[in-house]
Amino acid sequence: MLTITNLHVRGGNREILRGINLSIDAGEVHAIMGPNGSGKSTLARVLAGHPEYEVTQGTVLYDGRDLLAMDPESRAREGVFMAFQYPVEIPGVNNAYFLKAALNALRKHRGLEELDAMEFMSLVRARMQMLDMDETLLTRPVNEGFSGGEKKRNEIFQMAVLEPRLAILDETDSGLDIDALKIVAAGVTAMRTPQRAILVVTHYQRLLNYIVPDFVHVLTDGRIVRSGGKELALELEEKGYGWLEADQVAGAPAGKA
Amino acid sequence: MPTPSNPLEDLAQREYRWGFVTDIESDVAPRGLSEDIVRLISTKKNEPEFMLEWRLKALRHWQKLAKREGEPKWANVHHPPIDYQDIIYYSAPKPKKKLESLDEVDPELRATFEKLGIPLDEQKLLSGVAVDAVFDSVSVATTFKEKLAELGIIFCSFSEAVQSHPQLVRKYLGSVVPYSDNFFATLNSAVFSDGSFAYIPKGVRCPMELSTYFRINAKDTGQFERTLIVAEEGAYVSYLEGCTAPMRDENQLHAAVVELIALDNATVKYSTVQNWYPGDKEGKGGIYNFVTKRGKCLGVKSKITWTQVETGSAITWKYPGCILQGDNSVGEFYSVATTNNYQQADTGTKMIHLGKNTKSTIVSKGISAGHGQNTYRGLVKIAKQARGARNYSQCDSLLIGDRCGAHTFPYLEIKNTTAKVEHEASTSKIGEDQIFYCRQRGLSSEDAVNLIVSGFCREVFRQLPMEFAVEAQKLLSVTLEGSVG
Repeated sequence: MLTITNLHVRGGNREILRGINLSIDAGEVHAIMGPNGSGKSTLARVLAGHPEYEVTQGTVLYDGRDLLAMDPESRAREGVFMAFQYPVEIPGVNNAYFLKAALNALRKHRGLEELDAMEFMSLVRARMQMLDMDETLLTRPVNEGFSGGEKKRNEIFQMAVLEPRLAILDETDSGLDIDALKIVAAGVTAMRTPQRAILVVTHYQRLLNYIVPDFVHVLTDGRIVRSGGKELALELEEKGYGWLEADQVAGAPAGKA
Repeated sequence: MPTPSNPLEDLAQREYRWGFVTDIESDVAPRGLSEDIVRLISTKKNEPEFMLEWRLKALRHWQKLAKREGEPKWANVHHPPIDYQDIIYYSAPKPKKKLESLDEVDPELRATFEKLGIPLDEQKLLSGVAVDAVFDSVSVATTFKEKLAELGIIFCSFSEAVQSHPQLVRKYLGSVVPYSDNFFATLNSAVFSDGSFAYIPKGVRCPMELSTYFRINAKDTGQFERTLIVAEEGAYVSYLEGCTAPMRDENQLHAAVVELIALDNATVKYSTVQNWYPGDKEGKGGIYNFVTKRGKCLGVKSKITWTQVETGSAITWKYPGCILQGDNSVGEFYSVATTNNYQQADTGTKMIHLGKNTKSTIVSKGISAGHGQNTYRGLVKIAKQARGARNYSQCDSLLIGDRCGAHTFPYLEIKNTTAKVEHEASTSKIGEDQIFYCRQRGLSSEDAVNLIVSGFCREVFRQLPMEFAVEAQKLLSVTLEGSVG
């Protein structure tokens, strides 16, 4: 579904990603782990089309199409969703109204009828239950005055309503207490289907106890230095990122384990 | 009629959706302002003596002002000098025989109203809106008058009120905005051609939204509208004013005056959506809108609410205010002002607290895009005798891009120590992050900006009648089209 080849990205006058290679197939859950500043979030944001980055080399194919040539809204309409690390507040705009506008933009693009308010509400209610969300969040302005946990839950709730084909979770676990983490993870796990791919970006192994990945990749200094199964995350938890960095310095080849 | 002769005009005409000119024979006075012209206007309108005298007093005062200092200079707006002798002060569609029904209205005129989305027909009854349509300077059609008359409500053109209810006009005209109030109000007092008049008798709740659509049409005709609304004890009225103007190459001066009067326990709501031609992308052309709007809460517990959505005009100079004279009276001002390209807006309100326990609320939202300059200017004055007065002001500015400007000038004059006055102000920029967030959810940048802007204006839109709120939102998105690259 997604093939990233030799991706180089600049941002803020320095090279952040320095040759990423990664393939994700439908039905798979991949986790990207790495220390702070390794480029994990940059990778997520570049895939979503954030304008602040410049791709200097490499290609990203999404269903065989050039993802990098598409503007952010086209990517979204084609089924790419990113749960933001820092969800943005939009004062005065009702959360439900925003989500309905988004859903109908996607439906319109796919040649489907737009949902009316009734149909939308019944869809939304079911998804809210799944994430144990307070219904009052629907009528409040988008993310405004939400607690950190509410914002993250709201992201996964939006994902559940928009039903993307490729979901990218950018540090969705940060700022969540353990109860909220379990709920969010259960929501994501419930969305694992053979048609959908999920890319989880995280600093901590903790989240991966609840969203169990098929593959784990370690990103250090803009490159994937190690890939493996879910046990790689546990190993990292035990030994720390320093272990791989030392490895790398020692000349160990990066690549699939 | 002008034919688009240069590419610039072409472009502007395409972009201003309501830019069209109707070909109707006009009865036009010679250019310039003099006692003769004022007399001509008064005679044309067959006015009683007191009106002519009032006009002449205003004219003399204006001539003095013009000689002494000219236009007020304090506003944060810039324009080339206006040649007041080069303006046509009176133009009316040629008088026709009395109309029995709407079918008799000039088909071309009706087509114009259709283009503006103002169907002058039975549909209006269903939507509960009575329309007194001002076309250029003379009212040509009035609907639902009979229904309102059953309740004792008078809703007619100003000229008609001068004929049929001279005692009311005489009593209230100039009682809120005196002829000597300011340069533009004085000019209006001398030469105003027409406008609307509404009178709601004691204890009557007006069952429909009263509305007037103004339209500037004949070339080079300055419009000088005069509106007077009186709500007697315990009466309620909601009045809507919506404006679009055909596209013009030269600047057109507009200096209207609106006076509202609320007696004991009466409520007047006055809502405006203003969308006059703002000039093209280079700042050429556009309407100069110098308006004086003021309400007087004369009675105890009376209430006046101004709501305005200002998207058009090259220059907007406008401070709808309230004189809170009655004890426990309430004044409110809700405003959205948008400037794009080279538009300039200097707008705000005046809340003058005279009575005890009077309360005022000001919510102002300024949006600037392109090279637009947006100024909020507001006066809150608490007089010595106004014990227990309260004011809350909130002024928010939203910037789109980095070539526009927002300015806030609050003036507070507090002469009573029991007063409570709060002022909050904020300035924000539509963030790249906000836009990206929306786009990542599948919305285009244009939709994202509209969404963010409508959220920003929500407190004001909530004050508008439903139908108007939708229109206002559409106008905003048209105004801001192309402001995000």
